Amino acid sequence: MSAPKPADIVVEGVRKSYRGKTVVDVDRLELKAGRTLGLLGPSGSGKSTLLSMIGLLERPDAGTVSVDGREVNATDRQTRMSMAAAFQRPYLFKGTVGDNVAYGLRLRRVPASDTRDRVEAVLTRVGLQGWQDRSALTLSGGEAQRVALARALVLEPRILLLDEPLASLDPVMKWRLARDFARILREEGKTTLYVTHDQDEVLAIADDVAIMRQGRVVASGTGDQVFGLPADDWIAGFLGMEPSIRGRVLDVKDGVARVDCGGVTLYAVAPVAPGAEVLLGVRPEDVVLFEADAIVPLTSARNKIQAVVVQIDPSGSTYRVVIERGPVRIAAKISRSALVDLRLSEGTPVQALFKATAVRVAST
Amino acid sequence: MGIFIDAFRGGLAMLVSGAADVWTIVLVSVQVSGAAVLLALVLGIPIGFMLGTKRFVGRRMMLVIANTGMGLPPVVVGLVVAMLLSRRGPLGSLELLYSRPAMVIAQLVIAVPMVAAVSAAAVSAVPRELRLQARSLGASPLQVAIMTLREARMGLLASVAAGFGSIISEVGAVTMVGGNLAGKTRVMTTAIVQYTRMGDYGAALALAVVLMAMVLAVNILLTRVQQSAERYEQ
Repeated sequence: MSAPKPADIVVEGVRKSYRGKTVVDVDRLELKAGRTLGLLGPSGSGKSTLLSMIGLLERPDAGTVSVDGREVNATDRQTRMSMAAAFQRPYLFKGTVGDNVAYGLRLRRVPASDTRDRVEAVLTRVGLQGWQDRSALTLSGGEAQRVALARALVLEPRILLLDEPLASLDPVMKWRLARDFARILREEGKTTLYVTHDQDEVLAIADDVAIMRQGRVVASGTGDQVFGLPADDWIAGFLGMEPSIRGRVLDVKDGVARVDCGGVTLYAVAPVAPGAEVLLGVRPEDVVLFEADAIVPLTSARNKIQAVVVQIDPSGSTYRVVIERGPVRIAAKISRSALVDLRLSEGTPVQALFKATAVRVAST
Repeated sequence: MGIFIDAFRGGLAMLVSGAADVWTIVLVSVQVSGAAVLLALVLGIPIGFMLGTKRFVGRRMMLVIANTGMGLPPVVVGLVVAMLLSRRGPLGSLELLYSRPAMVIAQLVIAVPMVAAVSAAAVSAVPRELRLQARSLGASPLQVAIMTLREARMGLLASVAAGFGSIISEVGAVTMVGGNLAGKTRVMTTAIVQYTRMGDYGAALALAVVLMAMVLAVNILLTRVQQSAERYEQ
């Protein structure tokens, strides 16, 4: 069976308010055909409402949702039938796993024998081979979420909407499933909207990223663009980074730019011209810290700066350590054991290493 | 205790010998209450579905009415229905007073709020997200409603049981609008009253046993429903 061509979705001027409070106000957002857009934002930023409107489950107060250039709405049955969704809590219907997965197929009057084959195939795909006859109400959270994904995938939708599908799982199950989801979504090549508040999940799963704040899309682009260089201080904070560093390009040699950032020289691989004013950003996981007097092994890291620890925050299972040298502030993500080994505390001098390719650059 | 033993023997003999009187009364009871419960489901479940799933102006008020209806005094229902159907009442031209349809109407008025309130509770226990999920998989509003009722089926069974239980053992309203006419509108409860007054304890006890058996069956069903009702609370 050949899957239908993935769809292109454009959201324009979409607004929604509840009881006078605006929850979504998006000028424009594009989901490119066959790619996964990770929609990231804190709780209450309007992500799920936007997903509901794109999924034609909720009507916007204003604005349009277009699929392949044509405006669509909830009465458009054909478009609705080309979408499928799974939500944070995998609500399953009473009955067997097979009944649940077959639900949408039955609505579409797919013949029974065909239904059986497709259910069997999709269950194998999500790692639940032969589970058709189990009761849906006895499953664990991870298993139920797999069933919910299968229930959506089996419809071969052109558009897949996933609303925090991993948020209610324990960490181990979450990452196993995230890996599986990433593989499945890549193989399926469907246009997918993946809503989450977890940026690691987005990094693992999405091709493109949009960040929402208070109902607005405040950043969008490829994962590299959005995560590499935060567009403003709020986004930097949300992504666990420090605000972008201002600098001026001194010279460019072999594609490597030497940038002066208020007395600190950083190297970056970027197509910029000497004299240009630029903004620089480094992902916390790309920064390695050493003790100030350590003899650093030879590495390919071009950037090596002496700095002082100014802030240490726990962040999940890791720590976010902010170092400072003059006007340059950079966050580094390190493990708990590294924190202990380095005996880091506020005021500790350290050496920070990162590659020139890890420095994201934008012209101002 | 002799009185009980004698009555029990007499009643048992009546039931076993198939005394036409007793079994006719049971049959009329089942027919009237059965019809009333069926109609109550047809009317009450859609009302309950609306109350349990939709948000609209006046919903709270309707819920209060339905819940109050559960405690509606049957004699009041009997009085109002009797007045409506009486010769001078607005529906007097139908000449329904002292007939089985009149009893069905009175029982319907008693059972509909019961069925509506219980099914509203059952339907609202189905998570909103499940309905959203069904819609997101392509279900039309009607298909979403069917799915919701299927999910709430145990609760709906409870509404059937509650409705049936409330009217099969009701005596006030059916006496007032049915008239307790032998062979026509005499049902178990009115007959028990009648036989007891006449001192025919055997017949009264026989009917009481049948009535108890029915109510017991309904309650066993209800209990089983409640036991299997803990489904979304894992």
